[in-house]
Amino acid sequence: MIQRLIPLMVVAALMLLFLGMMLSDRNPKEIDSVLIGKPVPDFSLASLLEGAPALTAADLKTGKPVLVNFFASWCVPCRAEHENLMILAGEYRVPLIGIAYKNEADKARGFLMELGNPFSKTGLDLDGRVGIDWGVSGVPETFLIDGDGVIRYRHWGPIVGDSLTERLVPQLEALQ
Amino acid sequence: MIRALTALLMVLSLSLVAQAVAVDEKPLADPVKEAQARALMKEFRCLVCQNQSIEDSNAELAQDLRMVVRERVALGDTPDNVRAYMVDRYGDWVLLRPPVKTSTYFLWASPFFVVLVILLVVLGRRRSAAVPEPLSHDEAARLAKLLGNGK
Repeated sequence: MIQRLIPLMVVAALMLLFLGMMLSDRNPKEIDSVLIGKPVPDFSLASLLEGAPALTAADLKTGKPVLVNFFASWCVPCRAEHENLMILAGEYRVPLIGIAYKNEADKARGFLMELGNPFSKTGLDLDGRVGIDWGVSGVPETFLIDGDGVIRYRHWGPIVGDSLTERLVPQLEALQ
Repeated sequence: MIRALTALLMVLSLSLVAQAVAVDEKPLADPVKEAQARALMKEFRCLVCQNQSIEDSNAELAQDLRMVVRERVALGDTPDNVRAYMVDRYGDWVLLRPPVKTSTYFLWASPFFVVLVILLVVLGRRRSAAVPEPLSHDEAARLAKLLGNGK
């Protein structure tokens, strides 16, 4: 009798497994960052603003939470999330630091000129090497850094839809 | 016939071109180090085209990572150092051959587990599929009758 039920049980177990995977909001393309809980990697990047001082890891240790956003003018999802970056800088009053990933300075500047500049400081990662040190797999990615310069959360992909209020803001508020 | 052969040759030569990965990149001058770097590239998973290694992915990030691997090898890093460099940034996920550790015991044990379950099921079936009891006297007589009528 039990032998006859085995195929049915296997099918039922698989259905449960698939249902669970469908209902969870896990994105198989998103790989957990291994930098969570670690201090920001050391780096120094030229600013997008001519004459402004270079952006370094020390600029991220401010005693208050900051957000670091990797973006590029050629990146369409970055355009989509830009509105929410403006909201973060304006309404939530979080210091935002923008790193232009594999982007020419004038193009990155043009992007910010067109859509508004939410960043208090910027850096230019022309060859993408700082991105690699941060484990970035593509733009946009946004990192939440605490007051001690430790990475606390990484938002993979654009901050669109409810991911601002449901994912990023709760993480931010937990630090404030 | 000659045409067909020529066409075949052309197709074959095209496939040779397709195998020459990353022609735009500068290999390391030392062929031993280049071979070492190439072998390492095959071990790392591309983060953009996730089922390809960085050695055969065309993604721009894979190209950058190939450069990083060559650089590390040129600097004299051992293969383990290069692996650690990648894992520090992208996690174990970047390794196409996952390490054996607590979180991957189940992964490594699962094929053996599946074989074990199959063996148990097969053995169970064998046991339950016992030899049927021999026909009783009456049954044998009926069978003989049926077979006889069938002629």
